[in-house]
Amino acid sequence: MEDASESLIEIQGLNFSYGQRPILKGIDMTMGRGKVIAIMGGSGSGKTTLLRLIGGAVRPTSGYVKVAGQVVHKLKRDELFRMRRKMSMLFQFGALFTDLSVFDNVAFQMREHTDLPESMIRDLVLMKLQAVGLRGAHELMPNQLSGGMARRVALARSIALDPLLIMYDEPFTGLDPISLTVIGNLIRRLTDALGMTSIVVTHDVQESLKIVDYVYFIANGVIAAHGTPDEVRRSVAPFVHQFVHGEEDGPVSFHYPARPYAQDLKLEGSFA
Amino acid sequence: MPRRIVTGIQSVGHRVIDSIWRLGYASRFFLLTLIKSGTSLRRFTLVIRELYFTGVQSLIIILVSGLFVGMVLGLQGFETLQRYGAESAVGTMVALSLLRELGPVVSALLFASRAGSAITAEIGLMKATEQLAAMEMMAVDPIARVVAPRFWAGVISMPLLAGLFSAIGIYGGYLVAVVLIGVDEGSFWSQMQSAVDFRYDVVNGIIKTCVFGVAVTAIAVFEGYDAAPTAEGVSGATTRTVVTSSLAILGLDFILTSFMFRGMG
Repeated sequence: MEDASESLIEIQGLNFSYGQRPILKGIDMTMGRGKVIAIMGGSGSGKTTLLRLIGGAVRPTSGYVKVAGQVVHKLKRDELFRMRRKMSMLFQFGALFTDLSVFDNVAFQMREHTDLPESMIRDLVLMKLQAVGLRGAHELMPNQLSGGMARRVALARSIALDPLLIMYDEPFTGLDPISLTVIGNLIRRLTDALGMTSIVVTHDVQESLKIVDYVYFIANGVIAAHGTPDEVRRSVAPFVHQFVHGEEDGPVSFHYPARPYAQDLKLEGSFA
Repeated sequence: MPRRIVTGIQSVGHRVIDSIWRLGYASRFFLLTLIKSGTSLRRFTLVIRELYFTGVQSLIIILVSGLFVGMVLGLQGFETLQRYGAESAVGTMVALSLLRELGPVVSALLFASRAGSAITAEIGLMKATEQLAAMEMMAVDPIARVVAPRFWAGVISMPLLAGLFSAIGIYGGYLVAVVLIGVDEGSFWSQMQSAVDFRYDVVNGIIKTCVFGVAVTAIAVFEGYDAAPTAEGVSGATTRTVVTSSLAILGLDFILTSFMFRGMG
């Protein structure tokens, strides 16, 4: 666990359900400043919901999320919007504004939230795009970009106002191996260079273990395991072992719960 | 059997409650759009950009349809009026039909299917591709930034388009009646001038188009914002925009007409 005094995010006893269906059950986490933290788990384990709770898009059933000392769900809408200027989220497929060029996408928040003159916005946007290697693409429209490039533009857009925290929702999904490494390295480099905190929700184990400082595994709404990448690789805990090595069967069963096979095939007693 | 009846009544009840709930939700959304219009009015370039997409890009369909509607009116009007020896009144007939009814109604129907559906599809797709969620996370309100400019652009462009529709329609009537058939040009225009009343015909027509503009664009932005974030959801919302706004236009037209032209000669 990270040192609480240096923490940017503190999550205590967090519960969340959609109607009667519990998604997260009693999550406790601490995330330090300047760290890259991975949240891993299978599809539907509640990882993205956790990001939405941190960003204040949904309210917890009980417990709380504190970002920079403020309890997120107790903020009023304008306070929440003020806090969101310090955080960013990179959506799964980038979520670039399709009616704006690459340049205007990156400039979007600067134009909305600051009174900077256009000449300064231009310099800043080109610097952000240079950081992700796409300065030359600033005139293109989102539909002219490949998946990896769109993700990099979205990354440039999310660091536009130098946030304290960036949340990445499945940043590696659907990328070729080269783009995958590029995005992974960018996350690490930008986190270090800008002194921010990064939370990466992913199920790409090998890529994320290369770049993160700490890993949380979520399964069935609870934290199944956590530790540094080395601890995770060495772990003999059955769930972690199955997940890290991508084994078909284990604590997460291959079979959906069902009646006994013989009973379904009406074979009971025939071999007796 | 009685159980079936009870279920039937229940399902009717559910539908009524659902539609009232949806109507309330839509009204609340409409009010929010009005309240959050400050940004659009302060940064009018946002509205101008949308005016290009909703207004300018609808010009071709509006102008071509207006011309043909006017030409058909001229032809049909001449056919009927000449039986009574009143073919010189064809100009009056074309102008009154267009200014009072066909101009506002047909252009609003065309506007709903050309611009309304495009607005719904665009906002719906922005929702489906998480662009609206991304905007929220950037502390920018999508209603103020995306919905309000599109709403005002629609409200502004609708009366202008209807005006052009009527103008080119009257020209179409002139082409057929005067140029093609040979009705006397002087009486065509002078009868029209003396019969058309600015207050009753033109102003009432403008009021109608303004009401239709608000109705169509409000429906279009609401359906887009409320669309389920899937391909199916967006296509359903687009269809609903066209169907609901067409019905709204025709229903509102009846109500407005019954107030405006009651007891008129």
